[in-house]
Amino acid sequence: MNRFEYVHPASVAEAVAAGSLPGSAYLAAGTNLLDLMKVGVARPERVVDITRLPELDRIEWAPDGGVRIGALVRNADLAYDARFQQTFPAAAEALLSGASAQLRNAATVGGNLLQRTRCAYFQDLASACNRRVAGSGCDALDGDNRLHAVLGWSEHCIATHPSDFCVPLAALDAVVEVEGPAGKREIAFDALHRLPWFTPERETALERGELIVAVRLPAEAAAVARHARYLKVRERTSYAFAVVSAAVGLELQDGAIRGARLALGGVAAKPWRAKSAEAALVGPPSIEAFARAADLALVDARPSGANGFKIELARRLIVRALQQALDGTPKVMPALPASPFSTTPGASHAA
Amino acid sequence: MSLSINLTINGEPKAVELDDPRVTLLDLLRERLGLTGAKKGCDRGQCGACTVLVDGRRVNACLALTVSLDGARVTTIEGLADGGRLHPVQAAFIAHDGFQCGFCTPGQIMSAVGLLAEGHAGDDPERVRELMSGNICRCAAYRGITEAVLEAQGVLADQAKETAA
Repeated sequence: MNRFEYVHPASVAEAVAAGSLPGSAYLAAGTNLLDLMKVGVARPERVVDITRLPELDRIEWAPDGGVRIGALVRNADLAYDARFQQTFPAAAEALLSGASAQLRNAATVGGNLLQRTRCAYFQDLASACNRRVAGSGCDALDGDNRLHAVLGWSEHCIATHPSDFCVPLAALDAVVEVEGPAGKREIAFDALHRLPWFTPERETALERGELIVAVRLPAEAAAVARHARYLKVRERTSYAFAVVSAAVGLELQDGAIRGARLALGGVAAKPWRAKSAEAALVGPPSIEAFARAADLALVDARPSGANGFKIELARRLIVRALQQALDGTPKVMPALPASPFSTTPGASHAA
Repeated sequence: MSLSINLTINGEPKAVELDDPRVTLLDLLRERLGLTGAKKGCDRGQCGACTVLVDGRRVNACLALTVSLDGARVTTIEGLADGGRLHPVQAAFIAHDGFQCGFCTPGQIMSAVGLLAEGHAGDDPERVRELMSGNICRCAAYRGITEAVLEAQGVLADQAKETAA
């Protein structure tokens, strides 16, 4: 780890002033940043510790039923908040399917949004990576890339965004509140993370010094609360990033689908909202309709390497998630949150 | 640059002077305070061997920056027993063979103590396994660990009842 100057501002304004200096990085729990600093991927000259900033650790409900989540709310505190679980169950399930209990106790909402890709070539200083060093190349293109992107990738970068929580946030039209040197602004969730194109080193829409202070979920997103799931295929039962994942929500009226939400994780450099599939789902629910929606969601997908299997896997996961959402949101959080294999409380996933 | 913070380590107030902001909580405990119970397995938050409680919550000490924790209460495996009397989770790990080589055990036990305080597992072994998944055991003593956590939960519940009565 390189040496750095440590500053602990007392207000958001002080934080933004320090965070706007070249070479600054904001530190919340540090569960991703410290790891990257240890391996040398992140080398900030100045670490701006925002963990003591007042008022950023609150969950506030608006009169209309929407919620504003402070950037410093810990993942576990949000996931186990009874009203949040009830109102936005797919988001709670996504949170509980991510990382480990220890990490969820520490990691923050803002940090979750800004976590970096787990692409091995990004993490390995000996490898070429356009995301880490602009213009250096991409060793993942000819490397071990079975878990890399199948949507929205370019020949400059095929990394995926690793977050689970961000997938339902994309599906539910979250809004990101930001404060920066130029003042406050809001970013629609879909515009926060960027696709790589020619500049994969520009990962988000945030400008230098801008700090995420809160994430809002609008009241309309609660319309799917009774028919919502987040499902995630992992390479082991627990404590693993998604191979592919899907956040779905259905709004039913007289047995027909009135509105649908669908986003995918593990497939692109950003959580992938599938709006055309959502529109196609409106009408009577059926396996055939779910399969058509899944086809539409993946219509632009193409392998970036040895990962063609992820396209069919994502299609099947979408159908499974839609079937389970149609059956209804589980009354209690499943023992293995987001597992497509076991959803019965008390049942064992293994013989 | 010297950074001074105050911590409470296993119940004892401790003024900590840091000559370097890079010190993780794990390195502080092991290298500067002589508390070597928490282990450095992966040093990347992937194995759980460094698990300690910070303000009563289980976290990975390897991914916590000490200087950021001013005022925190830290509990390590060394602070768990009550004098010569083992904590119910420690006793249950012995009773159920919840370990073999023992390297991951302090992290497993601190994680189990945190899990029981969180109270989300009920008496469901599947939930215990899921909520202990941040602690890797290369000897694969998982069966004994799950049994130990469930038994300790019962013992702690009985103790709470006695205290209330």
